[in-house]
Amino acid sequence: MAQDHTIRAFDDDMGRLNALIAQMGGQAENLIRDAVDALRRGDHDLAAQVIARDKQLDALEAEIERLAIQLIALRAPVAGDLRHVVAAFKISGMLERVGDHAKNIARSTLKIVDFRFAALTRVPAVAEIAEGMIHSALDAYAAQDPRLAEDVVARDDQVDALYRDLIRSLIEHLSEQSANVITATELLLVARNIERIGDNATNIAEAVYYAATGVVMPDRHRTPE
Amino acid sequence: MSFEAPDQDQRTVMIPPPADNRVIDVRNLNFFYGKTQALFDVELPVARNKVTALIGPSGCGKSTLLRTMNRIYDLYPGQKATGTISFDGENILDQGKNSESLRARIGMVFQRPTPFPMSIYDNIAFGVRLHRRVGKAEMDEVVERSLVRAALWDEVKDKLATSGLGLSGGQQQRLCVARGIAINPDVLLLDEPASALDPLSTAKLESTLMELKDSLTIVIVTHNLQQAARISDYTGFMLLGKMIEFRPSSDAFVSPETSQMQDYITGRFG
Repeated sequence: MAQDHTIRAFDDDMGRLNALIAQMGGQAENLIRDAVDALRRGDHDLAAQVIARDKQLDALEAEIERLAIQLIALRAPVAGDLRHVVAAFKISGMLERVGDHAKNIARSTLKIVDFRFAALTRVPAVAEIAEGMIHSALDAYAAQDPRLAEDVVARDDQVDALYRDLIRSLIEHLSEQSANVITATELLLVARNIERIGDNATNIAEAVYYAATGVVMPDRHRTPE
Repeated sequence: MSFEAPDQDQRTVMIPPPADNRVIDVRNLNFFYGKTQALFDVELPVARNKVTALIGPSGCGKSTLLRTMNRIYDLYPGQKATGTISFDGENILDQGKNSESLRARIGMVFQRPTPFPMSIYDNIAFGVRLHRRVGKAEMDEVVERSLVRAALWDEVKDKLATSGLGLSGGQQQRLCVARGIAINPDVLLLDEPASALDPLSTAKLESTLMELKDSLTIVIVTHNLQQAARISDYTGFMLLGKMIEFRPSSDAFVSPETSQMQDYITGRFG
């Protein structure tokens, strides 16, 4: 926002809200990264850690929700301020789901048998794009930058394309061989969770776009279902 | 869509109600207090049976604009308006128009309650008698109907003969509304009618206005932005004697377009 509020405490509250979103976003990114690392290395300890750390995101979501409701009740924000607070509220919910997806990936890791399975080696590249989308979506939030938000949404196409390839080859594998059924099945779930992380990044970017502009992001920027 | 900041300082936004549903249409209105110009080419379309709110910082011209619409400025020498204010097919700014009969059709309620120092009953009857001859039975009916519509009847029906000055501030203000609507105006102008009232009285006055708009048109000047958001259908934001942004209230407080209105309603002014 270009100008400060006449009431300084309002800016302090908004600053705290932004800091909490940045903190929660950073933790969600770390969780994705560690979940995928654990998968790549077959590291059960790290996977178990990811599952435990998801609770921190839940606590942050609750704190953001409390602050956002307090801001609405006490400051009665309107226009861009109101859109900003509502966006923070929604984004905290989306980041909480990102954490759940990281946790699901970690749970699959605990069940996977063959960590040298060919399709598995393709997962980190997709995850990296999805994680980068979350990172950029939060940058867009911090800068209230609708262009950056549009860019995030455009990148979801790559995630979706790689996801479809991965699913296709896993299904082929399952229909042709009976070996590694558990690993292939768990990887289907992993791929699905990564794809959902990309969708959440898209949703965050759309919330940022609306908060910054006051208009809903035009359809052409959105990923077709 | 472009996010390049247009020349925001020059921009005005008008999203008016449909032309066939306007009871008053203000165009190119300029207003002068002596040599000082207070309004500059102001436009204000007032939709029939709607509440139109005028907001803006002190001195922006919103009360001046309200005062032109029933020519109350006529009472003060040296004040002059140019442009057109169309009402019922005529320009009410035309000299020679009878401002008394105009004020019977466009009533006004002021910031401070202004009951006459007489009984509650006579506060209403007085104004009615100024405009027409009314028999006792009919006057009883008019007084009751006006007080019912102003949501004051239940509180005063047993003490109509007592002084209007004995009422609370909120009741006095609703008495002024009752007096204003007793002569069946088409339009009711209100200049910060709730600024001297406590929250409960304010809520009662607001719900009164919401009900009144079924039968008349309301233009209200208010410093209370939440009030404007709560009760109005259209909002006009003014600054330095100009209409900067006019649009349906449903999005005026969610996504205003001009940076000035955004800054004002979010509390970023100055």
